[in-house]
Amino acid sequence: MTDTRSTTLPPESIRITTDSWTEPFWLAAKDERLVAPRCGSCGTFRFPPTPFCPACRSQDTDWVPVSGGSVFSYSIVRGLPGNRDAVLVPVVVEFADAPGVHVVSNLVDADPADVEIGRAVTLDFVVIADDWKLPVFRLADLAAER
Amino acid sequence: MAVEEVAIVGVGATPYYFRGESAPQTITELAGKAILAACDDAGISVTQIDGFAYYSEASAGYGDKMDTATFMETLGIPEVTFTAALTSGGGGSAGSIGLARAAIVAGDATYVVTVMALQQLKQRLGTVFGAAPLSPQNSFLMSSGLVGPGHLMSVLTRRHMHLYGTRREAFAEIAISSRKNAANRPQAQKRDPMTLDDYFSARMIADPLCLYDFCLETDGAVAVITTSLDRARDLKQKPVKVLAVAHGGRREWGRAFAWYGMPDPDFASSGHAPVAQRLYRRAGVGPGDIDVALIYDHFTPMVLMQLEDYGFCAKGEGGPFVESGAIRYEGGSIPVNTHGGQLSEAYIIGMTHVKEAVEQIRGAAINQVAGAEVALATGGPASIPVSGLILGQDR
Repeated sequence: MTDTRSTTLPPESIRITTDSWTEPFWLAAKDERLVAPRCGSCGTFRFPPTPFCPACRSQDTDWVPVSGGSVFSYSIVRGLPGNRDAVLVPVVVEFADAPGVHVVSNLVDADPADVEIGRAVTLDFVVIADDWKLPVFRLADLAAER
Repeated sequence: MAVEEVAIVGVGATPYYFRGESAPQTITELAGKAILAACDDAGISVTQIDGFAYYSEASAGYGDKMDTATFMETLGIPEVTFTAALTSGGGGSAGSIGLARAAIVAGDATYVVTVMALQQLKQRLGTVFGAAPLSPQNSFLMSSGLVGPGHLMSVLTRRHMHLYGTRREAFAEIAISSRKNAANRPQAQKRDPMTLDDYFSARMIADPLCLYDFCLETDGAVAVITTSLDRARDLKQKPVKVLAVAHGGRREWGRAFAWYGMPDPDFASSGHAPVAQRLYRRAGVGPGDIDVALIYDHFTPMVLMQLEDYGFCAKGEGGPFVESGAIRYEGGSIPVNTHGGQLSEAYIIGMTHVKEAVEQIRGAAINQVAGAEVALATGGPASIPVSGLILGQDR
């Protein structure tokens, strides 16, 4: 049963790199917080993090914790070269309190048959290469969702 | 004074090989053979080429580069007066003819070649994103296991199915129709008939996409020669006039499945809608005037989404439209990918579509659409630019 549940790629194989505009996201993730850049001038969210607000060109940026995630879309990937037995559910998550932010990650510990667009997700973190942490998502308990 | 008109006067291709099987030929050799074949088709000498208009940043596939000086050295081209490339990837394939056009109408070049060569000895396309060097930008994508373009586009497909009720049967119809068109083509890589059972029995790669939703992984090269319409009229072939060509896209589409920031309805689209509108306006035609559509088909659902964005049916109705048989060569209202496309003939990153559009307008296609006067060829969906090309008869 457990072998049908979704995972990430082997965590030690997952690497990230940063620049001065993306580093705050990853530093927050190390503290197990999911944050997104919101323009300090006009309040527009953007993601992934970039040097300017695309709505007003301001560089003032607030790093805001985001929550209320739900599945915007997803895939079910099996038989990856070098990782044949794993089942991955790559997911795009949207957030009720951060319009426009789409975070791409994995839904973990899910039976792929249970995944649906619109389902609420909860946040978790996985330690990856070089002691960074990757935000991942789990399907919220259906009972808790109601 | 009216802007000078241009025409495609030559097309050429190597044989199409399965991934890795073009060795021991080199990639420059493959490209050179396609260029020479295109010159021969046009009835010009390769020494008359004075312009190069590439796309995909002049990459050859995704692991190699093409280089104008190397082609000059190899083929004995004495002088070039224009050499440039569209940015990003395969989305520029049809649009590269617009780069050639720009050079010609500006008086910067006379015979401009566009070429794509592809040889997958080092890196297969199917996992190209997984093998890309790490960057701050792609660190937001690569952990997810979406290692190839098909994996990435499966996420857009899922959203289309959710919003509009699109069924896998529609994707199957695109695969089956393409395969049927390839059946009588000696150069096609896949000619065996495909049934609905075959489709639904195939391995799922990135659900909702199965093996037959993915295009082929080909080695080979295709080249196209563009010149002014005046010069074209003195050459060997009947000129194939460029009615319009456009590339670009809107910010909502942007990096597309490399960032996934698209809102609805752009997310479950091909990103082509603004390019399609500009293209039709410039050509002075609409979707009802297109006799044959060569739609970039790296993955079946992206054909469906382009049919919507090019106005062959309303947004969201691509599924029922395709399932009605509308895209069939025999009996369809808009024959699509009469050459078998990238799904069944060969995948040279969009160039086989330009070649087929030219052959249809010449009246020389293997699966000729009777009386075809206007043909559409597209490039992408991919990160901006995506592109489209409308070709027509001279006079």
